[in-house]
Amino acid sequence: MRVSKSFLNDYIKVDDLDFNEVANKMVLAGNEYESVEKISEATGIVVGHVLECEMHPESKKLHICKVDLGNEVVQILCGAPNMRQGIKVPVATVGAKLPNGMEIKKAKLAGMDSNGMCCSLEELGIESKYMSEEDKTGIHVLPDDAPVGADAIHYMGYDDEVIDFELTANRGDLLSILGMAHEIGAIYNRPVTYPENQPKVLKENINDNMTIDVQTENCPIYLGKIVKDVVIKDSPEWMKERLMASGIRSINNVVDISNYVMLEYGQPLHFFDKDRLGDKVIVRMAEENEKLKTLDGQERTLKTSDIVIANEKEAVALAGVMGGLSTEVEMDTKNIFVEAAIFEPIHIRYTAKSILRSEASSRYEKGIDPNRTKEALNRACYLLEKYADGKVYDGILTHDKTSKEDKKIEVTLDKINAVLGMELKKEEVIDVFTRLGFKVKENHAVFHVSVPTRRLDINIKEDLIEEVGRIYGYEHVVGKLPVLETKEGSYSKKELLTKELHHRLQGLGLTEVITYSLVRKEDVNKYTNYQNEDITLLDPLTEDRKYLRKSSIPSLLNVWEYNISRNQKNVAIYESGNIYYKENEEYIEKPMISGLLYGIGTNNLWQQEKIVVDFYYVKGIIENIMKYLGLNNRYSFDTNNLPKEFHPGRSCALLIDREVVGYFGQVHPTDCKKEVYVFELDLLKIMSHKVRMVKYKEVSKYPAIHKDVAFIVEKKITSKEIMDVLKHVGGRMVTNIDVFDVYTGENVGANEKSIAYSITFEDATKTLTDEEVMKVFNKMIDEVESKLNARVRDK
Amino acid sequence: MIEELNTLKQEIKNKVDQTTSTKALNEIRVEYLGKKGPIQSLSSKMGSLSIEEKKEFGRSLNTLKTEVNELLESKKQELEKKELEERLQKETIDITLPSTELTIGGVHPITKIINEVEELFVSMGYDVVEGPEVELDLYNFELLNLPKGHPARDSQDSFYITDEVLLRTQTSPVQARTMEANKEKKPIRVICPGKTYRRDNDDATHSHQFHQIEGLVVDENISLADLKGTLEILAKTMFGEDREIRLRPSFFPFTEPSIEVDVSCFKCGGKGCSLCKGTGWIEILGSGMVHPNVLRDNGYDPEKYTGFAFGMGPERIAMLKYGITDIRSFYTNDLRFLNDFNRVEGGE
Repeated sequence: MRVSKSFLNDYIKVDDLDFNEVANKMVLAGNEYESVEKISEATGIVVGHVLECEMHPESKKLHICKVDLGNEVVQILCGAPNMRQGIKVPVATVGAKLPNGMEIKKAKLAGMDSNGMCCSLEELGIESKYMSEEDKTGIHVLPDDAPVGADAIHYMGYDDEVIDFELTANRGDLLSILGMAHEIGAIYNRPVTYPENQPKVLKENINDNMTIDVQTENCPIYLGKIVKDVVIKDSPEWMKERLMASGIRSINNVVDISNYVMLEYGQPLHFFDKDRLGDKVIVRMAEENEKLKTLDGQERTLKTSDIVIANEKEAVALAGVMGGLSTEVEMDTKNIFVEAAIFEPIHIRYTAKSILRSEASSRYEKGIDPNRTKEALNRACYLLEKYADGKVYDGILTHDKTSKEDKKIEVTLDKINAVLGMELKKEEVIDVFTRLGFKVKENHAVFHVSVPTRRLDINIKEDLIEEVGRIYGYEHVVGKLPVLETKEGSYSKKELLTKELHHRLQGLGLTEVITYSLVRKEDVNKYTNYQNEDITLLDPLTEDRKYLRKSSIPSLLNVWEYNISRNQKNVAIYESGNIYYKENEEYIEKPMISGLLYGIGTNNLWQQEKIVVDFYYVKGIIENIMKYLGLNNRYSFDTNNLPKEFHPGRSCALLIDREVVGYFGQVHPTDCKKEVYVFELDLLKIMSHKVRMVKYKEVSKYPAIHKDVAFIVEKKITSKEIMDVLKHVGGRMVTNIDVFDVYTGENVGANEKSIAYSITFEDATKTLTDEEVMKVFNKMIDEVESKLNARVRDK
Repeated sequence: MIEELNTLKQEIKNKVDQTTSTKALNEIRVEYLGKKGPIQSLSSKMGSLSIEEKKEFGRSLNTLKTEVNELLESKKQELEKKELEERLQKETIDITLPSTELTIGGVHPITKIINEVEELFVSMGYDVVEGPEVELDLYNFELLNLPKGHPARDSQDSFYITDEVLLRTQTSPVQARTMEANKEKKPIRVICPGKTYRRDNDDATHSHQFHQIEGLVVDENISLADLKGTLEILAKTMFGEDREIRLRPSFFPFTEPSIEVDVSCFKCGGKGCSLCKGTGWIEILGSGMVHPNVLRDNGYDPEKYTGFAFGMGPERIAMLKYGITDIRSFYTNDLRFLNDFNRVEGGE
């Protein structure tokens, strides 16, 4: 809402106030603004009279002009096509500053001196949408009676200051200059005056000429008047200036009056060509697929939720949103039917959403004061009489079901102070209500407040408390901490686990990323075994963000690709976020921990030392997490049923107590040619496996004995199979088994491999003898040989 | 024989002087002081001497032994010192060569902000709670005093999944869920971080996905002064001890009064600069006293209970705090960007 100082000053005295200060005080009362600006910020512009105008002998465009600036006559060169002798124009004198930052200096143009510049509106900083056709292509021509030498910006009213407010959705009342006047009046404690709105009326009464039939509850008030014999012409300059300051383009006096009154009162009006409208006005809901050609020439297909104004023949306007073409006021219109009505906000909102949001519809959506409808109607007739030579019929065509009564709300001083945490006195509270223009009676510290209908946002005592707080000033609230029962704050078990995993993964060298939950169709079913229904947006912004993801891995691959294409050699990232799907009509969100590794783990270029990320690197991360979570000896790996985007030979499922909790491994070469490793673990499944408290087991005081052995086995035998036999036979005496070499090549058969193990034997109660150890060790070897068809290498 | 001792002494001294390593020195020790060495053989010859001579020779022999030992010891120390110096010299490396690159991970700046806020509020007795991202219109809007068709829904253009299900546009539905879940209608003190979504095209200042942190306190006798005091602590924790806050009236359908909170500009200290657009204040969050309709609709008697709620955007806090100019940076995940946050911050 743009509020001009001169416009506002008609209803509340503000011309003595610094408008920036007004804006800042409004902020502290809850009304933010975008800017405070003059219509034109140009300085040094005076009214000049073009005494002589000749074409430059060597130029097809330039005029050589002698311009009277009041105190001197100067030569100015001007290229505007509409420059001519005798006109008055705004002249930027030497030293003048234009809104685009240009400073006017003496100049030589085509060899001639030029002492200033004749200005177009564009050069004065006016948007082209407010300009006439002549103004769009040339300099601005001032009226003949403009005083030569005067400040042209002031003369045109362009020094008017404008605050551009960004209002909250509840303050529909501030979408009017009068509403603004009341608000500023409350802040500065100044009275508000209402405009003159009593036209002289004819003997003819509208009610003898027209009838009204409101067939819907969605129009609580509908008032109309007839103004005949209007003369359509340009609006007076002051009205044009005020409309421009308010962001509305001037059309002609009649259209402008409709907008002007809407700005004043916040009550949208609609003017019909009375002769085309006919004698009966009907307000009803549209029929399904009913057609209406609106002002902009488009044929609209209506819905039953749209409210229409109709005559006996057809719908003639979309109520509150846009007029119809057939009854539009045109240059030849003589007689006008003026409508002032209120329509149900929700219906206007839906209609406006599908057709057009306008100044009128946005006011209807936020609510209109029923006490202003008649006032605005009369004001419009008054202005039509005054500025369009109209003659106003007596009487008002009336349908009115609205209540005009003030709202009565009670609130106690104690409640006000309890909510605000302040210690206000009765008088201070009464002062606030009085400033706001609310009538108030106080009885034993209970305030009985009458809230005028213009304040649609105030309905309960808490609303009144807010009024007291914001007008009295929240700067008076002294902060304190709430007095509450002392208790320990807490995190949920899931959050605690997530935090642990964050720390661990960061310690292991992974950087956290956060990606979008919404993905494209191609990605939604990748890297997951959930075959459940996707969750899809009804109205996505783009096809790329239409589905809720079922795995974070595609997003991590995007992050990988982004970074690789920016010359990052190594990527180690993880994400903690949800995946989503629908199951049995329920929306499921599952927290996952996912990661991606690529390139080199640790690196020292000049010493040629590095650890390249491979399957075992990722497995190391997974195992590290499992052990950290106390799940040692409870997890295992399985290569069955992998999601198809995993490399089948270099990936596996992670199981805890035989339940699959996630997958990890290399990305399938068809999805990514580079060797990228990924993992995704289900947080809730991990959490469901309960872990005991740490129980200290004394470390053995007796020395450990290490034995090494290398087996040659068929390639298909896995290390785990050998390890299982070794562990089983070794029993409690074996405390650790490491793999320290894997070999395939010349020294073993083509279909064979060698795996070497280092086995640790320990007893917590005694020193083991070599004899005892060898007995077990040999048995372990025998078992591996016999069960897995292995032979010991280099024995 | 005394002469022999002197000769021997001179011989040892010469040898020791010429020695350059502790190893050779040890060989000298073994050669002369060992069982088969000349000193031992001289002492074994003592038997042929008279008692007087024995006495004198014995003394001289002992003196020689002591002197040789001292000689060896001092030479040993001298050599050891020299050898240590040589070793250190030899082992000296160019410490300016690059280090081994240990990959250390790091936290995302949004998580970092959320963690800071959570820790502060947990220390004040708040519980961290969560709610679903796929939310019912009921919780996201209706139970928050935003019925269908309410104009305030405009500012939160939503991604709907069905007419009644949407991606939550705010973390505020957790307010309704928390109150509803509290069957005994006991006091509430919670903080709720999470992802939120709005139907905005992504640009430098808008993101269709973002985060919020919601706070809610419901108890008897909760006032706006309690809200202000709580947020003062938050502002100081996030932006520094010298910060002040300003409460500005605003409008949210689920709070009454509704308050926007500004923090005094941490760049200019409140004098006015480009960051605060000359006002000295920067908006950081929205808040207010829980609307009586919200309390009532969720089973709390508004005549008995009051409460305050606040909601902030960690993206906005991070952008302000670290001078990030494009909100999309948080979701692009350029590792060079993320690595900048991978360290401890030391106050002002």
